[in-house]
Amino acid sequence: MSVEPVRGFGFSAQRRWFADLLDSDIVYSFWQSKVTVVAALVTLIIVLGAALAPWVAPHDPFDLKTLSLLDSHLPPVWQKGGDARFLLGTDDQGRDILSTILYGSRLSLAVGLMSVAFAAALGIALGLIAGYAGGAVDTLIMRAADVQLTFPAILIALLIDGTAHALFGQYTTDSVTIWVLVLAIGLSFWVQYARTVRGMTFVEKNKDYVLAAHLIGIRPSLILARHILPNVIGPVLVIVTINLALAIILEATLSFLGVGLPPTQPSLGTMIRIGNNFLFAGEWWIAIFPGFTLAALALSVNLLGDWLRDALNPKLR
Amino acid sequence: MLAFIVRRAFQALLVMIVVALIAFTLFRFVGDPINQMVGIETSAEDRAALREQLGLDAPVLVQFARFIWGAMHFDFGASYQFKQPVIDLFAERFPATMELSFVSALFSLVFGIPMGVYTALHRNSWLSGFLLTVSLAGISLPTFLIGILLIFLFAVTLGWLPSFGRGDTVAIGFWTTGLLTISGLKALVLPSVTLGLFQMALIMRLVRSEMIEVLRADYIKFARARGLPDRIVNFHHALKNTLVPVMTIAGLQLGSIIAFAIITETVFQWPGMGLLFLRAVQNADIPIMSAYLLLVAFIFVVINLVVDLLYVVVDPRIRIDMRSAVMR
Amino acid sequence: MNGPVLSVRRLRVEFPRRRGTLVAVDDVSFDIARGEVLGVVGESGAGKTLTGNAVIGLLEPPGRIGGGDIRLDGLRIDNLSAEAMRHIRGKRIGMVFQDPLTSLNPLFRIGEQIVETIETHTNLRGAAARRRAIALLGEVGLPAAETRIDGYPHQFSGGMRQRVVVALALAADPELIIADEPTTALDVSVQAQIISLLKRLCHERGTAIMLITHDMGVIAEAADRVAVMYAGRIVEIGAVRDVISRPQHPYSVGLMGSIPKLDSDRDRLVQISGSMPRLTSIPPGCPFHPRCPRVFEPCARLRPELMAHAQSQVACWLYDKAPAAEAAQ
Repeated sequence: MSVEPVRGFGFSAQRRWFADLLDSDIVYSFWQSKVTVVAALVTLIIVLGAALAPWVAPHDPFDLKTLSLLDSHLPPVWQKGGDARFLLGTDDQGRDILSTILYGSRLSLAVGLMSVAFAAALGIALGLIAGYAGGAVDTLIMRAADVQLTFPAILIALLIDGTAHALFGQYTTDSVTIWVLVLAIGLSFWVQYARTVRGMTFVEKNKDYVLAAHLIGIRPSLILARHILPNVIGPVLVIVTINLALAIILEATLSFLGVGLPPTQPSLGTMIRIGNNFLFAGEWWIAIFPGFTLAALALSVNLLGDWLRDALNPKLR
Repeated sequence: MLAFIVRRAFQALLVMIVVALIAFTLFRFVGDPINQMVGIETSAEDRAALREQLGLDAPVLVQFARFIWGAMHFDFGASYQFKQPVIDLFAERFPATMELSFVSALFSLVFGIPMGVYTALHRNSWLSGFLLTVSLAGISLPTFLIGILLIFLFAVTLGWLPSFGRGDTVAIGFWTTGLLTISGLKALVLPSVTLGLFQMALIMRLVRSEMIEVLRADYIKFARARGLPDRIVNFHHALKNTLVPVMTIAGLQLGSIIAFAIITETVFQWPGMGLLFLRAVQNADIPIMSAYLLLVAFIFVVINLVVDLLYVVVDPRIRIDMRSAVMR
Repeated sequence: MNGPVLSVRRLRVEFPRRRGTLVAVDDVSFDIARGEVLGVVGESGAGKTLTGNAVIGLLEPPGRIGGGDIRLDGLRIDNLSAEAMRHIRGKRIGMVFQDPLTSLNPLFRIGEQIVETIETHTNLRGAAARRRAIALLGEVGLPAAETRIDGYPHQFSGGMRQRVVVALALAADPELIIADEPTTALDVSVQAQIISLLKRLCHERGTAIMLITHDMGVIAEAADRVAVMYAGRIVEIGAVRDVISRPQHPYSVGLMGSIPKLDSDRDRLVQISGSMPRLTSIPPGCPFHPRCPRVFEPCARLRPELMAHAQSQVACWLYDKAPAAEAAQ
């Protein structure tokens, strides 16, 4: 991929950059891989569905006034006993499965994105500090990272979640749970970012342009933000792609285990948990449709991430 | 070499101390132990007396020391929910989790490594494409979802395998095993596949990418330039160089299997420590949570240490460097 | 037993890309006589290594041989099956790579690696193979071979490792050795040792060497003939003495001029302006013409083939016996 200097920011220059991008190897490899295109499509559908849920969903599953127990346990519309109002059936509360999936995906994605953002922000900040300050600060942060890395994310998330519930159990409402969840998941994932960023900061710190900036008297925080941070974005992006899928799965798992989002504000994981109880009764749709959606989402995000990593990896070209 | 072992042991100790600190903080300061143990009517003086009796008014450091001391004697206090000593609860459930973890690990290695080697050597075959897709599903799908799907297929629809419990178990000394009965073995299948699928996919991809990398190395090229047959180049040279780093990561994965057992045990109602821990999290049963943390940390740290030492044994560069004998 | 041990005719190595095919080695022809040392010299990217890889059949995909033929002692080898080529490798053609550290598998003792090569190509097994391995190590000048044979590669110094590599390449007594930058990764003091080792062993066994390097000093020291490569083509080929002291092709002139000599009284080294073109943008006609100080009319249009001049062969219109040369002088 040829890199040409952009002379000024005229419209023609931007158009040329865009044309170059479209013609680049990365975009080419995207269209080459049918699997990746399908994955991107699926992700897009789910994300759009989730984002536009309030307008697209046929029902509002959280509006208790519209729910009726008479409507509960209805199968999907193509089975005997199905109701055209509820395309994919209803759960034990009478909630429309399709609508709940849309709203649930919204929550799943929201928690996933927020926790990754939190983890990245925390990790990058700590990594920059550790790399730039060096010495005792660096050792402290890195030892903490090492200790945390000994344990899988789920354990840490469970611990934080459990502790939060134990501490604030009687004071929390359902709406606070989402922030506890973001905190728990975010805290489980900061380490990767911190380590990578710290390593790169170390390398950049000793380069001449940083030393020069330091000599002129520019504040460290400014040096970090303006010089080191842009160089760090690339590898961080790669970690984000892996992280996002993991965060979504972790949230779903926690919800399934009963320590995540509650039934009143269900994410896909919560729905599967509820549906699990009815599997043997033959009411498979309560668990399988949300399950399928979750699987599609996780798989697609992973595939996209795979493609992105391969495309960004110079060794594989 | 000795210095290396000492250094690693020291690091391990450090981790344990930090974890113990966290566990202790949980144990002592999260929630009020006294409140958990007595009813609402208990008077303030009785509470104070109980506090003194349990040593909860001693200096923090002393309490920490007592905590560590108790832990080393396997005394982790009593569960809030069950009013039983935590160690008894653990002992009862330890074999279940260990058997499940072990069989899962075995499953993931026995299938993951050969699949990884195959997909590395035959990169363009349709089977490789198929296996890679399956592996992608393995690492993308959450464990609980895999479990539910397997239950739906094999237990609900086909009725071949049980969907909960361990089946019939046999007690040998203090251990209970499900490996000696048919129903025990049948009950073990779905949970261990569920637990091991993620690891299997991971190992397969790891072996594949590592082997592809190794096959590009100069010494492989040189081996080919010497006319060595493919069989020797691939399975004697490349495989050994591949398995060395893979083995260490696989060892570390064993630890995470024990953690992921929490999920699997929940899905299959498997009576192990993971399920116990989950109930504790749901009910704020701090003694169990903190003891589980210590125990799991200990297991992880030991595994990490063993894996590090294993690396020394297997890679001659590290082993011999330590005896520092560079001949000129 | 007559005729050259290696005969390459119009060899073409190409890389199919989505935007067209890149030709990395273009119409290269040369012979190596029995026991002769042919140096192949040129800058990085000139196609020297690819030529060597093509001869021994180790081109990495997507690279492939796009034309021409390669004959080993009369036998055509560029179109053999993979298994047939494998039998030739090691047994009839050996190869030595640049970096001895990465050439040896770090997890295996060098003895194991030598013995497996011996067992692959000879009938020797077990203790007999080991004895032969020890003898080989002795031949390449490794002291205390009986004990050193059980050492791991990282326990040896760079020079010792390269000796082991030479031993491995010679283990099955091949007729031709391709040495790809065998001294580049070594200390200067050790370079001379390895070169003289190669020369001696090959002289003793009558093995021919294709010595690929960018170091003219090594060529001057070891080679009988030399081929100068530029942008995937041979621009000049002839006896070492001739090419070094009386280079014909303007590129060769520049190359020789850029070597510092003790007995010359020049103030500055000669530089050739510009750089070798990338594979994607090789100029038409003679690939060197944009940088050539003696460029004239046909150079940009017509591609010169190797033509005899003095004792060598040169691919340059300056030496064309046809009327085109009149315009230059």
